[in-house]
Amino acid sequence: MLALDKVGKTYPNGVHALERFSAAIPQGEIVAIIGGSGCGKSTLLRAVAGLDRASTGSIRIDNIDITAPHEKIGIIFQEPRLLPWLSVADNIGFGLSDLPAATRREKVAQALARVGLSDKAKAWPRELSGGQAQRVAIARALVPQPEVLLLDEPFSALDAFTRRDLQDHLLDLWADTRPTLILVTHDVDEAVVLADRVLVMRPRPGRLFAEIQVNLARPRDRASPLFEAVKRRVLTALDRSLDRNVPDSAPAETVGAWW
Amino acid sequence: MAMTLDTTAPDVAETREKPASNRRWQRFARPALGVVLPLTLALAWELAVWSGWSNGRLVPPPSRVFTTIMELARTGELSRHITTTLSRVTAGFGLGVVAGTLLGAISGYWGIARQLLDPTIQALRAIPSIAWVPLFILWLGIFETSKVALIAVGVFFPVYLGVMGAILSVDRKIVEVGRTFRLSGPAMIRRILLPAVLPAYVVALRVGLGLGWMFVVAAEFMGASEGLGYLLIDGQQLGKPAQILAAITIFALLGKTTDWLIELITTPLLRWQDAFRPGGEA
Repeated sequence: MLALDKVGKTYPNGVHALERFSAAIPQGEIVAIIGGSGCGKSTLLRAVAGLDRASTGSIRIDNIDITAPHEKIGIIFQEPRLLPWLSVADNIGFGLSDLPAATRREKVAQALARVGLSDKAKAWPRELSGGQAQRVAIARALVPQPEVLLLDEPFSALDAFTRRDLQDHLLDLWADTRPTLILVTHDVDEAVVLADRVLVMRPRPGRLFAEIQVNLARPRDRASPLFEAVKRRVLTALDRSLDRNVPDSAPAETVGAWW
Repeated sequence: MAMTLDTTAPDVAETREKPASNRRWQRFARPALGVVLPLTLALAWELAVWSGWSNGRLVPPPSRVFTTIMELARTGELSRHITTTLSRVTAGFGLGVVAGTLLGAISGYWGIARQLLDPTIQALRAIPSIAWVPLFILWLGIFETSKVALIAVGVFFPVYLGVMGAILSVDRKIVEVGRTFRLSGPAMIRRILLPAVLPAYVVALRVGLGLGWMFVVAAEFMGASEGLGYLLIDGQQLGKPAQILAAITIFALLGKTTDWLIELITTPLLRWQDAFRPGGEA
């Protein structure tokens, strides 16, 4: 269980990025956080990762306070951030340096096979395509088996086809150990495909605006009417969060078996 | 369909064959290309003296420089001078690199150390290193110590600056990867910072080595009884331009060789680099 209690963040330069954000996320849930730019979603994620400290409130995982990076929490960034001087295999094994070499090799080989890059084990990161590099980053974050995996717009730099491919792949990998996934995104499609619950945030200062349950069975059909309906709900919430005029005929309420 | 296949097949075979022969040709052609200019100039000068167009007294032709080198080598003088100079450069380079690396790493990694150390070091760097010569002679005597110290000073600054600058410009995003895997300070240095600064460090070493060779000449000018710098002074005082050119030639060869050694040793460590390589893969 990941418990965020009134988390707030004010940067030293006075920017009030996040205000009183609270959420309880049970183990294994997939949560998407979506919102316009400047709504504090990356700030929130960095605080949960322990990379930045929250100014107020608390972040607790299994009743342990998170103030610095923790072994139960892994993170995947927008860029793969592979270490260019390590081979693909060594990059995946980067977080396993405490294990004996043989165990590490075995785990790395399994992870490589799981993301379909066994033939690239000895390649340098520069020899990978964008999608392959991000798959290595996913493997690197998953191989220490974190309880919570944070994803900061992980697929936003990829082309649409590769993105869909990796979204499915991520779900597939998630099913292995079922960690909690917290996904920051600005892609409504991605949020609805992946998440059990979509949290919509509103900017200046960043705070929680709406919460939308996605009770669709997986694998989800991106073209189904139910999928479209949830998507429209999220879009409507997003529009409202940005104080845009929303047409009265917003059809979201009429289809809602998930609200 | 069949027709297109027929016409493309020979093309594929041809393009596949080309690189192999090209590569073989390039392996010799690339280094050879670098020798063309100096060889042509040397040959032209040799011909100019041989044809009587110049007497070659002040600028001796390559053949006379070569004879001088062979003569020096025959008497054993050459190896004595080379050994002396090489050991001075080695000692000075070693000291300068160790000091520059340590202080550069400290200044790069700890902000407080940088605020404390860097202004002083930068002020010292502004002093032309040759200006230390009288002081070093007074402090350390006229013999080896002062010479090695001068070379070390020359090597220190580019290495210090290179290491500090490289650490300060390590990508924050890569450091964050280290943080998310909870690396300790030493582990962060060993597993993230050192490999990240390696390319810049190699450049700093090569610049430092170049300055080392520069300062060994200055050091040997200030009173030496042996060494390649001594050969230069001796050649000037006794009016032997061929000996000066011989010493210069050997400086060039030694400088290039030692630089090449650094390159040779470090290339395998930098194979991962995704760098711009003008003129294709090395």
